[in-house]
Amino acid sequence: MLSNARPDLRFALKKLQSAPVSRRRFLIGATATATGLAVGFHSLPSGAAEGGTPAQSATPSPFASYIELSEEGVVTVLSSQFEMGQGSYHGLATLVVEELDCGWQAVSVVGASGNTQLYGNLMWGGVAQGTGGSTSIATSWTRYRTAAATMKAMLVAAAAEAWGVPADEIEAAEGRLVHTASGRAAGYGDFARPAAALPVPQEVTLKAPGAWSQIGNPEVKRYDRRAKTDGTQDFTLDVRLPGMLTAVMIHPPKFGATLKSFDASGAREMPGVVEVVEVSRGIAVVAEDTWSAIDASHAVTAEWDESAAEQRGSAEILAQYRELARQAPQALAREEGDALGTLAGAERVIEAEFEFPFLAHAALEPMNAVARMNEGGSLEVWGGHQIPDLYRFLASQIAEISPEQVRLHVLKTGGGFGRRAVGDGDVVVEAVEVAKALGWRAPVKVQWTRENDMRGGRYRPAYVHRLRAALGPDGKPLAWDNHIVGQSIVAGTPFAGLIRDGVDATSVEGASTLPYAIPNLRVGLTTTDVKVPVLWWRAVGSTHTAYATEVFIDELAEAAGADPVQYRLDLLADHPRHAAVLRLAAEKAGWGQALPEGRFHGVAVHESFASFVAQVAEVSMEGGQVRVHKVVCAVDCGIAVNPDTIKAQMEGGIGFGLGAILQEELTLTEGAVDQANYDSYRPLRLSQMPEVEVHIVESDASPTGVGEPGLPPIGPAVANAVAKASGRRIRVLPFEKGLNA
Amino acid sequence: MATFTLNGVETTLDADPNMPLLWALREKAGLTGTKFGCGLAQCGACTVHLDGVPVRSCQTFVGDVEGAEVVTVEGAEGPVAEAVRAAWVALDVPQCGYCQSGQILAAVALLSETPKPSDADIDGALDGNLCRCATYHRIRAAIHDAASRLEA
Repeated sequence: MLSNARPDLRFALKKLQSAPVSRRRFLIGATATATGLAVGFHSLPSGAAEGGTPAQSATPSPFASYIELSEEGVVTVLSSQFEMGQGSYHGLATLVVEELDCGWQAVSVVGASGNTQLYGNLMWGGVAQGTGGSTSIATSWTRYRTAAATMKAMLVAAAAEAWGVPADEIEAAEGRLVHTASGRAAGYGDFARPAAALPVPQEVTLKAPGAWSQIGNPEVKRYDRRAKTDGTQDFTLDVRLPGMLTAVMIHPPKFGATLKSFDASGAREMPGVVEVVEVSRGIAVVAEDTWSAIDASHAVTAEWDESAAEQRGSAEILAQYRELARQAPQALAREEGDALGTLAGAERVIEAEFEFPFLAHAALEPMNAVARMNEGGSLEVWGGHQIPDLYRFLASQIAEISPEQVRLHVLKTGGGFGRRAVGDGDVVVEAVEVAKALGWRAPVKVQWTRENDMRGGRYRPAYVHRLRAALGPDGKPLAWDNHIVGQSIVAGTPFAGLIRDGVDATSVEGASTLPYAIPNLRVGLTTTDVKVPVLWWRAVGSTHTAYATEVFIDELAEAAGADPVQYRLDLLADHPRHAAVLRLAAEKAGWGQALPEGRFHGVAVHESFASFVAQVAEVSMEGGQVRVHKVVCAVDCGIAVNPDTIKAQMEGGIGFGLGAILQEELTLTEGAVDQANYDSYRPLRLSQMPEVEVHIVESDASPTGVGEPGLPPIGPAVANAVAKASGRRIRVLPFEKGLNA
Repeated sequence: MATFTLNGVETTLDADPNMPLLWALREKAGLTGTKFGCGLAQCGACTVHLDGVPVRSCQTFVGDVEGAEVVTVEGAEGPVAEAVRAAWVALDVPQCGYCQSGQILAAVALLSETPKPSDADIDGALDGNLCRCATYHRIRAAIHDAASRLEA
């Protein structure tokens, strides 16, 4: 996913903007809707009269709000953030319920889109609506609380006026307004319309932390949990429109191959098949139903021009990376002191090379999107739109209409992990192109099969890390040199602005930000040219940098004869939040105390996306296989908005990361992907899931993300335990391969 | 064409006998709670009960269910299903939720056969149901919780 705290993104995405975003002033606004009251923020371009312009006169938008309240009292949160399971919708709803005091009974959340000024991600400089870098709560923290507090103030003001009582005597709770002295009471919905006619307060006071009843409450359960147990939760897979056709794609067998010709004569004769069309990304088999499309796709034969395609296998690619890792890096991401000189003159030098495979996101819901051209020339696109503004722009270009004529319906998705934030909008583009190829005569759903999804590219890039360290007489590192070799995720995409001075920040994050106090330090990068499409994969650069750095620091501690926790703490004097989570995890896990026979502890600590996580894994070796029994996790993510969601994300990050280090590997032979389904690409199974215990550090710092930061420490924590259990440092991933390497 | 009992109601579906039951349920019967994940009986997202036994509907065909009793997540009822749902909700198991129809039907089948399952029983019964969000930790706890609810 996109990383946070990257103002560079504003340059990368600027071309999507129709108006400059800098120096923009935000005013809160409210409008009467067909059914009640909507509260959002209207923005004024820079230069508008300070305070003199009524909010209502700002540019109107048909979807311009954060919260809507109907006359029936139904509260709808319009989420700028995409829900892929991580709980963003629930987090935003929590912020709203807190400040609106509406209770949970009447709350729902829908995906919003179509207004960058309202929904642009503030952690990306507000330049585009999008979800990534574990920023959902951070970008929403002030916006949604302020919108909710404003709505409540207007409802109270409307009731005060109607009842002829002072506003400060009215209490608002659980969606009801009560004036005890006069015995008057009403539901919020009763005042939705009158409130919309009132002036909008431009200053509201948010609750002090001591007054919070929802934020930080571990008993608050996800608002959508029931729909996810009775089959009523809909995903893009479940979109059904009148007259809708379903298309299944045939993609090139190798990355970079192009279609020469195809024969669909047999497929066209099959029952249910409507048409077989060529689009920019391959062949689409269009049918009346999904199964007919899948079935007929096997009857299409195609010839591909592979002259420009990637022809190497993953083993050859990684062998080349190993060679490059021993040469000088192309660019430096960080340089302090003289690492090379110190290494050259050092008595004790420790070296290690790490190898990381390509990884697939392999979310349970295969990629899909639905496009429909309406009479009148407006286009609607349903899907798991992680970067709505980008996809709206891409869809409008294919349809040859303006972005304003495109409406995106942002649906919850069956797992994302970064896969649905794609610079070229892959499946969204396919849906619009197929609908266009059919002359816009019917709505079209493009539904990838598992095989399409597994072989469709967009993998976590393969990387090689070469690390060298010089130890001083006291065992502490005097020098550290880390050379990272691999593909850039952002090169050639709308996010290429993240590359500065030849360094893609997503390749080195977590390594260039090494927190340990080492006087001579160099982190270098060599970016490779490989035609395998790559993408952010839950925790992005930290998926490999945390592993390489935290296994290596453990190795240095071992060489120094030091305790791995104390060794780290001694180097973390300037990083108190790292040190605090490390101490907490170690204490809760009983670090240093006796474990059952054959069990071993390993530890790791890592910061990603401005959150700090330490984990202690308890591991044994059983029949040559690694068994992880328990993981104790400590997390500091600032203010904990939803403690139970934070725990769930730590648990999920640990499970997702554990599958990757134990057994996930996407390989290529002569350029073609070897895996096609979950039989050969194997995420973690239930029987492999350890017990997980999560401890949240109390904090009054601004909230940061949890969707990704739970993942990076699990690999090195387990590897460091395996080193104790087996005497072997696993430097080739996954473990299934590394244990035999 | 097949005639069978679907969620307690005798139903005739006008579908090719070679069509996977998954797609017939979703697109002929309009029951979309059953999800497509792999098409190869590898992920369990499409789990339904066929005569009380959990099966992968992507590898079960319309022609196989003639005269049989099929239950999907929409029709899972009774004390065991209620206990499972109550436990899932109490422990806030779902994240994205996509695999949970299959997880719940697998859990209901397990608890119907084995009212007090061990961790090993749970591993054996649900290892075929992938959860990419890795809610496994809570699934295991929720099955134990549902077992306690049924005992009470």
